[in-house]
Order: sequence, then structure tokens, then C-alpha cells
Amino acid sequence: MKIFIMPPNSLILYDLVERFGHQPLSIMAELRDRVTEREMESPPLNVTLKDVTKGLKYAGIEVPSGVRGRMAVWGPLVDEAEAAIIMHNTPFTFGCVGCHRTNLLLMHRIRKKKIPTLEVEYPEDEEEGKIMVTKIKAFLEGLK
Amino acid sequence: MSNIKIAQISCGTEYSGIQSEIENAAGTVGGKMVYPDVSYDDITRAVDEFGFDPVSPQLKLMIARAKALADGHYDADAVFIATCFRCAEGALVRNEVRRYLQEHTRLPVVTYSFTERLKAAQLLTRMEALVTIVAKKELLARERQVGITAGIDSGSSTTKAMILQDNKIIGKAWTPTGEVMASAQEVLDQALAEAGIKFNNLEGIGVTGYGRFLIGRKLDANLIQEELTTNSKGAVWLADRQRGEATIIDIGGMDNKAITVRDGIPDNFTMGGICAGASGRFLEMVAKRLRVDITELGALADKGDWSKVNMNSYCSVFGIQDLVTSLAAGHTIEDVAAAACHSVAEQVYEQQLQEIDVRQPIIQVGGTSLISGLVRAVGDMVGSKPIVPENSQYIGAAGGALLSSGFLEGQ
Repeated sequence: MKIFIMPPNSLILYDLVERFGHQPLSIMAELRDRVTEREMESPPLNVTLKDVTKGLKYAGIEVPSGVRGRMAVWGPLVDEAEAAIIMHNTPFTFGCVGCHRTNLLLMHRIRKKKIPTLEVEYPEDEEEGKIMVTKIKAFLEGLK
Repeated sequence: MSNIKIAQISCGTEYSGIQSEIENAAGTVGGKMVYPDVSYDDITRAVDEFGFDPVSPQLKLMIARAKALADGHYDADAVFIATCFRCAEGALVRNEVRRYLQEHTRLPVVTYSFTERLKAAQLLTRMEALVTIVAKKELLARERQVGITAGIDSGSSTTKAMILQDNKIIGKAWTPTGEVMASAQEVLDQALAEAGIKFNNLEGIGVTGYGRFLIGRKLDANLIQEELTTNSKGAVWLADRQRGEATIIDIGGMDNKAITVRDGIPDNFTMGGICAGASGRFLEMVAKRLRVDITELGALADKGDWSKVNMNSYCSVFGIQDLVTSLAAGHTIEDVAAAACHSVAEQVYEQQLQEIDVRQPIIQVGGTSLISGLVRAVGDMVGSKPIVPENSQYIGAAGGALLSSGFLEGQ
């Protein structure tokens, strides 16, 4: 199944989803396209005015452009998702979208979609880490 | 000359698709955007020390980058601080970071809140001002005009010219801006005639305002400079406040400027205005609707009571609707004129003066500073009476003439 992960650029969550036999909806590929496409004109990250306009599907015109631009990248992945894993209270080095407002909107859209969703806390020590991995494993295996 | 390094401290520019516009604007005026390097530990430490812990990680990064500049760990010549328009968390950080940098560095700073529609052209004047402040430090330090020089200010509403000789005004003229070059030529000729000199007697010409490049090229000006720094110099020269701190407020026909200066050199400024309801153009429309000359509007407003009329629209069209409704309800034109002045002052206060830390004295300049009702309204808003120097509408022309004389000495 296609699994949306939150934070969407978490390498650890990406790896766990892949390891347990599912397809992580990868933001890394989305962003890579936007960095390497030669015809694009806005390096280092090629989000264009067209993208930001696409973001209107997810947030109204009164919402800051940075939120709409981010939603233009991540929103379609949520649309595609068949299940999701949300991790709360993560340090930003674990992965982030840079903007907390976008995080809130993404989580809301996932919950609203009513797909199978696992919400876990970022582990503070090894023991909690093991429990978290166990929960994720059980969730992903249950999806099969 | 090597590029002036402008440190970008921002959130959301890449995801708004405007990063290349920012870089283009800087590149066009000889600047280069740079991004202070910080490590993960730097971010955590900086946020702790700063005492403001925003939830959004990119705003944390802004704080860390500001701290890297303040601590001298990263070298830059000027700072551009930007966050998304309508983001409350971003606005808070943008303002606090700007304050922090002004307290801890002497770097010129400009703040901006953007939308995805931002184009490089909108930033050009701001970027050019940042570059000018750094690259022309010695020229901007000039406090006395020498020789015979002319300044021309090609504004959106009016074009002004002023001739100076040995630090004294010997000729001046203005006209509504029509065709850019023809308007400039007209005021220059009039000012030269008043001064009793010929064009060939001019030893230097400084040009500013929207039409500066066209006019500067045609007249072979030795100074073509944006209006933020030029007007600041003109304002402190006309007001005789060259030393110390001041805030310059220029409510223009198309955009408004609020500039803080230290010894006549800007260190922070905002420029723009979201809508025409906060511009001199709106007051022109009001005067027309009240069937009075714009020069009479201020005196009318002085006699009126703004609080009797409901007028506070950001949009000039809705503002005029308020005006029509108020007149129909039987309000006097004095009260309506006062309300229009109050409305413009209130919006400048709410939209622009919040982006800078107002420093006393306040020097109000530009054509609208001749509207006494507006000056009074600005004074009420900021809590002290602004200084309006004589010839306050000529700041750009005066600044152009003063600064262009800087090229004469040493020739």
C-alpha cells in the first residue's frame, strides 16, 4: 500500500515502511525533481508560481504563500495515500517541512481522509524506540 | 567592485517560488544574496539565547542566522529579512530578528513580507538602497553641497528639480509628471531660469525617482540613485538634522516610505503600501470629489473632526464610497477632509511604521507633507508633531543635488 509518512522527509520512517513491504510516498523524489529539472527556473528549489497556485486546492488565497507552495508539493501525496504514519514531537533534524502551519494542515487532511493511520510519539530513549518500531511494524503488517 | 553581500534571513521564499526573483533583484544592483551557515547545535543554542522559540523550524533557522551575523561568525554587508505575507508567526519573528540585528549590529536592514506574486522589479529599489548604503558610504556621509549642482526627482505624481550653489538653494520647480523626460526637462529649465544660470554651468546632476535611469542617461547625470537614500539625505539636509537619529516619513503618490536614519544614512526602511487608500493619490481623489484644490485640503482638514466620519478603508475606491456616503449623510467637507487625512495616517501607522522602530524626531516630507491636516494626523498617531522642513516636497531633488556634488571635490 501507499503510505504517507509524517514528517514527510523522515528517512527512518521511509526505511521502516519500505522494510515492511509497503511503498512510502516519497517526498525526496518530489523534491529531487524540483531541484534537478533543467527547464525549471527557480533554483535551488523549483517551486513555481504555478505550483503555488495549485496549492489553492488545499488552502485559500488568504493562507501564506509558503504554506500553499508546500501543500502543492505534499498535498498530492496525501491525496494518493492509502494509509499514514504520523510521528509527533519530532526534532527538526528528524525531518520537517519548515513550517508548522503546513504540518497542522497536512495532519488534518490525513485524519479527514479516514485512512488507516498510526500516530506515535518521537522516542526519547532506546526502550521507547523499540516500542515505536514494534508499533509501526504491527501497523504495517496489519495493512497487508 | 566586488558584489555587496546581502544576507538573506527568511522563511518560505523557496516554497513561494520567489527565490530567483530575490536573487535577480540583488544581482541587478550589484548585490549577492548569501545565507549564513549554521549548524544544528547553533540553532538550538540561538533559539535558547534569543528567548523566542517559534514552532516552525525555518523560523528557528532565521533566528540562528541572525545570531551568526550578530556574533560575527558570518560576514555580510547588509540584511534582507523576509517572511510570507499573512503569517503571524513569521511576522513576529521577522520583526524581532530585525530589532535584534539593529541592536547588535550596524548592518543596514530591510524587511519584507511577500506573496507568490513578488517580482524582482518590486525589490529593485530596496536592494539598490541596501547596496548604496554599503557601497557609497563616503558619499552618503556628505553634509554640505559644493559648486553648482542640480537634482531631479522623477516621482509618480510630480517631477521636481532643484539647483544648489555652495549649500544654498538658488532655483527650484515642480510639475505634475507627464511624459517622463519632458517633465524633467521642463522643471530643470524652470529651476535654471530661476537660478539665472545655464545648463552648461552645472557641475553635477543627481537624478532619483522612478524615471531616474531614463533622465540620468539623457542628461548624462553623474549620480543616478534610488529614492530611499537620496530622499533621506535631502530630508536631513533640508531639516538641518544631519547628525543623530531621526525617522523620515514620506507619503508619496504611489508608495510610502518610512526610513530610520543615523547621521543621515538609512539603517532600516520600509517602502510600499498595500493599497491606494494609504497614499497621496487617495487624497488627490478626495480633493477632487470635494471640489477643492489639493493645496486647500490640509487647511480644510484642520477645521474638521475626523471622528465624526467613518472612513478607514485600505482601498481608495471603498474610501471614496465612504466619503460619498458621509457627504450624503450631511457631514461637512471639513470633517470628511479630516477623516481622509486621518485614514491615510492611520494606515501608514498600522502598515508601515510597525515595521521600523520610530526614532525621534520625525521628519515628514514629500508633496503630502504640505497637507497640514495630514501632518497633524500623523502627529496624533505617533504622539509627537513631525518636523516639516521648508521645501519638504523637494527632498529627492535636494538629495540629488547634494550628493552629486560629492563627485566634484577631488576632481
